[in-house]
Amino acid sequence: MEMDRRTFLKMGGLGLLGLMAAPVVDVLLKAGRVSGAGTSAAVTAGRWALVVDMKKCLEAGPSCADCILACHRAHNVPQIPDLQEQVRWIWKEPFEHAFPEQEGRAESLAGKPFLVLCNHCTDPPCVRVCPTRATFKRQDGIVMMDYHRCIGCRYCMAACPYGARSFNFRDPRPYVSTTNPAYPTRERGVVEKCNFCEERLAEGLPPACVAACRYGALVFGNLVDPHSQVRQILRARYTICRKPELGTRPNVYYVVG
Amino acid sequence: MIEKALTGSRRYWGWVGILLALVAAGAGCYLLQLGRGLTITGMSRDVSWGLYIGQFTFLVGVAASAVMVVLPYYLHNVKEFGRITIFGEFLAVSAVIMCLLFVIVDLGKPARIFNMILYPTPNSILFWDFVVLTGYLLLNLIIGWNVLESERNEVPPPRWVRTLVYVSIPWAISIHTVTAFLYAGLPGRHYWLNPLLAARFLASAFASGPALLIILAFIIRRVTSFDPGREAITKLSLIVAYALTTSMFFLGLELFTALYSRVPAHGLPTIQYLFTGKDGFGNLVPLMWTSVVLGLVAAYLLINPATRGRDATLLFACAATFVSIWMEKGIGLVVGGFIPNPFEEIQEYAPTLPEAIITTGVWAVGLLILTLLCKIAIAVKEAAEPPAARPFPQRQGF
Repeated sequence: MEMDRRTFLKMGGLGLLGLMAAPVVDVLLKAGRVSGAGTSAAVTAGRWALVVDMKKCLEAGPSCADCILACHRAHNVPQIPDLQEQVRWIWKEPFEHAFPEQEGRAESLAGKPFLVLCNHCTDPPCVRVCPTRATFKRQDGIVMMDYHRCIGCRYCMAACPYGARSFNFRDPRPYVSTTNPAYPTRERGVVEKCNFCEERLAEGLPPACVAACRYGALVFGNLVDPHSQVRQILRARYTICRKPELGTRPNVYYVVG
Repeated sequence: MIEKALTGSRRYWGWVGILLALVAAGAGCYLLQLGRGLTITGMSRDVSWGLYIGQFTFLVGVAASAVMVVLPYYLHNVKEFGRITIFGEFLAVSAVIMCLLFVIVDLGKPARIFNMILYPTPNSILFWDFVVLTGYLLLNLIIGWNVLESERNEVPPPRWVRTLVYVSIPWAISIHTVTAFLYAGLPGRHYWLNPLLAARFLASAFASGPALLIILAFIIRRVTSFDPGREAITKLSLIVAYALTTSMFFLGLELFTALYSRVPAHGLPTIQYLFTGKDGFGNLVPLMWTSVVLGLVAAYLLINPATRGRDATLLFACAATFVSIWMEKGIGLVVGGFIPNPFEEIQEYAPTLPEAIITTGVWAVGLLILTLLCKIAIAVKEAAEPPAARPFPQRQGF
């Protein structure tokens, strides 16, 4: 590449200016942040978390799938009949499968269906292993996927200890009955998972699963805010996380006591 | 020099033709996979890596094992390896190319592979594996080619080639260590989460790679007028013997901790699934026991000096070593790591026919490259010396 001195200096100056501008822009963006939910503009948080109140969830009965249906509708999750190629964002697993290390500790919960989804870990192994940063962690704790950057190596699936990631083994579009135009459909060959409804948070709405639950079993909020509902529940009730021994520090909690 | 690969006997062209046919079949099935997605394979949401990544892992070992001839020859002046080092380097070249191809055929979006370079991610072990494998490929290609060219021109290789050789020695160790780190750093995959894994990988690599090199040396002696020399084979067979027993010892260490402590987080469920079957599932049990029996037989034949010294038994032992490690590492290790799944349920894996044909196709690409490179090397070596001559007197022990 040919470049004279003047152009080089100009480009360098612009680059430096950009570097200096970045922190300023950061500060400006942070100033606009509001914590908690309920504003008409985007809702933001220091660390998003979901609490599943299993007492209420189990009261709803095993046939209730409102949250699952709402999520899958909102995100164009394909309904693939082949169990081993299914794409799942939120689904139910028996207690002893969701919490294998708790086996024998809570007989009263054995066989009970527990909602499972991406834990949006504080220290996510999937983000650590991704070779292209197609999966990444936002400042507010949401572990996100860039469907356009993912190369489909499935290293994140090997790294996730919660089985929360799904790969599009085939073209998913024929398996989406009604497409929600507000959210992209995916192509075959990429990985996907729960995104804590970041697209709804950006519009000031709670996650689709939370909004769909008629029993108030799902509570979403900002863990950094001491007055948030999630923080209050965690202070008052006995809650557990999936596989805490792995050090991933999940942000999905289950009220079991 | 490349023109030397373009002339050959009918037998040579027949072999190349067979390989090309296998490559074509693999390419055809790969087109099917490109069109329909990885649904045509036996992989699933639970066992999300299969035959492809298993072959990749195994072949990184074969590639790394070139160091087992390069190191004695260049660092310890083991002259016997002078006639065989080039084949070790070219074996490494073809093995690394197979590795890269196996990664590519495993990708859901192969067209985006350059995202690995466009968005370099130092925290990802896969990124580092890509870096070290590409580097190792270039190193071996440059070294092998230049050494061969100097041999043809009857001059010593340039000084910088020797520098590259010294770089390639730790580099070989690094490629297999990094490949082990792909697995050994994942929380929740108990069978892989094991600091011994890299050591075990290297030990099994230094058995399977030199075993293949011995087989290659026998083939070269049979089909060409070039003789790699019995001394080189004898020394290599000792390396295989030590490496194989070390590898089996390491496997035993892992089994002991898991079986005696009975702690699930030390891989007990996977070991039960692999060796005895679990909850009524046991697809891999015959494979794992075949691997164990072949390994034990090979170890006996290699440790016993009489059977190690006899061509027929040595060849059998080398083939048994190669197949045994291929089964354990190329299938059992990768598939086993996914079983049971994160929900402690068992979902089994079996490759499909198109998947097997694609795998064979990639192997054929590797064998084709190896054939062409060996053809060139042998032509150069045959021209450099009359077939009967044995120019290297033994100078220093190994």
